[in-house]
Amino acid sequence: MRIVVAVKQIPDLVEELELTADGTDVDRELLKMVVNEFDDQALEEGLCLKEAGDAELVVVALDEPDVDQTLHAALAKGADAAIKLTGALTGWIDSHRRAALLASWLSGQSFDLVLTGVQAADDLDGQLPGLLGAQLEVPHISVAVRVEAEDGMAKVWQELAGGTVVVDEVRLPAVIGVQAARQAPRYVSISRIRQAQQSGGITEVEVQAAELGTEQFALRRLVAPEAAGHAEMLAGGAGEVADRIVELLRAKGLVRS
Amino acid sequence: MGNDVLVLAEHRNGRLSDVTFELVGKARELADRGGGRVLAVLLGETSLAHELGVADVVLCSEDPAVATYNAQAYERAMVHVVERQQPRLVLTSTTTVGMDVSTALSVHWPAPLASYVVDVRRDGEDLAVTCRAYGGKLLAEVALTGPRAICAVIAGCFPAADGRSEVAGRSEVAGQVELLDLEGVFDGLGVSVAQVVEPEKGDVDITAADLLVSVGRGIGSRENLEVVQELADALGAPLAASRPLIDQGWLPKARQVGKSGLTVRPKVYLALGISGAPEHLEGMQHAETVIACNTDPKAPIFDVATYGTTVDLFDLTDELVKRVQE
Ligand SMILES: Cc1cc2nc3c(=O)[nH]c(=O)nc-3n(C[C@H](O)[C@H](O)[C@H](O)COP(=O)(O)OP(=O)(O)OC[C@H]3O[C@@H](n4cnc5c(N)ncnc54)[C@H](O)[C@@H]3O)c2cc1C
Repeated sequence: MRIVVAVKQIPDLVEELELTADGTDVDRELLKMVVNEFDDQALEEGLCLKEAGDAELVVVALDEPDVDQTLHAALAKGADAAIKLTGALTGWIDSHRRAALLASWLSGQSFDLVLTGVQAADDLDGQLPGLLGAQLEVPHISVAVRVEAEDGMAKVWQELAGGTVVVDEVRLPAVIGVQAARQAPRYVSISRIRQAQQSGGITEVEVQAAELGTEQFALRRLVAPEAAGHAEMLAGGAGEVADRIVELLRAKGLVRS
Repeated sequence: MGNDVLVLAEHRNGRLSDVTFELVGKARELADRGGGRVLAVLLGETSLAHELGVADVVLCSEDPAVATYNAQAYERAMVHVVERQQPRLVLTSTTTVGMDVSTALSVHWPAPLASYVVDVRRDGEDLAVTCRAYGGKLLAEVALTGPRAICAVIAGCFPAADGRSEVAGRSEVAGQVELLDLEGVFDGLGVSVAQVVEPEKGDVDITAADLLVSVGRGIGSRENLEVVQELADALGAPLAASRPLIDQGWLPKARQVGKSGLTVRPKVYLALGISGAPEHLEGMQHAETVIACNTDPKAPIFDVATYGTTVDLFDLTDELVKRVQE
């Protein structure tokens, strides 16, 4: 079985999100980029599948800022190969184009399962799993919390609103959008990542920038949400804040006396 | 080009979900402005069609392929319907169903798609759409051009009352109910549903509490949960959490607040180390009072909180425990 895990970088959301001068994108040169947390879950589920059976795991990403570190980490965790798709890739890459680029590479590959994160913080024109599955004309399932596979079939635990889970039997190949792996993503030490880096495991492949973009989707600008509904910030240190909170709870009859 | 607005209805345990009414209400407004009809697609539970009186036409199917949610069957049915109806706009939610269907439609029908939509307006020939982006830290203003479009809308952004026939003053089944002819549409499906598993009922019911202490990834490690548990115990409140803590196995699923967990409306929701991602907000934004503690002053949780503080959650927890235990 051949499993492909597609990963990408997004800005670290804990940091201040600086915008470019024209306000249509976050400043990708300036920002710290980290792996999309759901892609990390997809990688973990892929690694669990690989360990459970006889599978080859290939991790693939577009050539975007800081992606090498993510690919090296994936190799250090146990991926068999890492592919970096290169081409004219700058700025925000919408999901339709991302799917088209991945699809153009995948069409020359044999694969049984494509795993990727259920969503990403910047997939404004839709989530990758459905777009990629539809472009490849294979079944796709989003919000998976467990995947098992054998003999051309996968069993996929798909979570619906409110926590109900449908267990699907899916004919392979298929694209699965992973919400959470069956276990927390494994940790890999910096020294192992360095080793992977030194053995130079990333293969670069140039892809044609497919025409399947979203010209009819025009991102005019990004703005911070209006402060209108903003919280009243409680002044002072932890002690004073705690005083205020206890007062508030008391006023609502939620603490005794 | 048509001016119809088509909504995919969602239901669970024999009830239409709130977001369906939110979408139908919005669809009504947009269709009325553009002189089009509201079409609702209802798969699997035809008996609920009479609740969709705000729509002009309810398109139903009782085909066994869509009796329970099957991603591929829903996709095929929706592609079949939109190819025949050619609406101006399709509205779905951003639930699992909405994500599966909106993306596939965008490719097969082809139409531009905006996701995480919180507002959609007509703007001349185009649609002006606002989307929540970057975990809620930014809003994106998007123009969808061309003759048709798809919007996947976040639950809780439009009033559900506008879509409920009894509230909106439209008689039941004002619209027509039509049975879809889906002959052949489900041939050779590659997805079948083997089993449906309902979530386990928890030891405590977080939806029943007046006061909830809720904790997020800011807690750092499982060991640290002890300190917030101590606070919850002192306050006599159950401990709830954001999804990542549940996924790590640190707390049972029945403690999860949000889109894929429970919706809570306590008198006070004390959020410790929770960023306020859209999926979390869906589950708690209607709490009476939200008190949020987060060291990042730009955290989106502060946009829905009543009171906020940027002190460290561990310091705050210590101080609160001291005061409450006194
Ligand atoms: C389909 C789908 C469904 C989902 N359903 C849900 C759901 O039901 N519920 C849910 O919660 N999520 C859900 N999510 C996940 C959601 O997208 C976010 O990943 C999640 O809500 C983030 O949780 P968090 O706020 O605890 O973590 P983070 O976003 O990592 O936030 C942690 C916060 O803690 C703050 N912090 C750090 N240290 C401290 C400190 N010492 N003191 C105070 N503050 C500190 C940080 O500033 C940060 O803002 C879903 C996602 C998907 C894709």
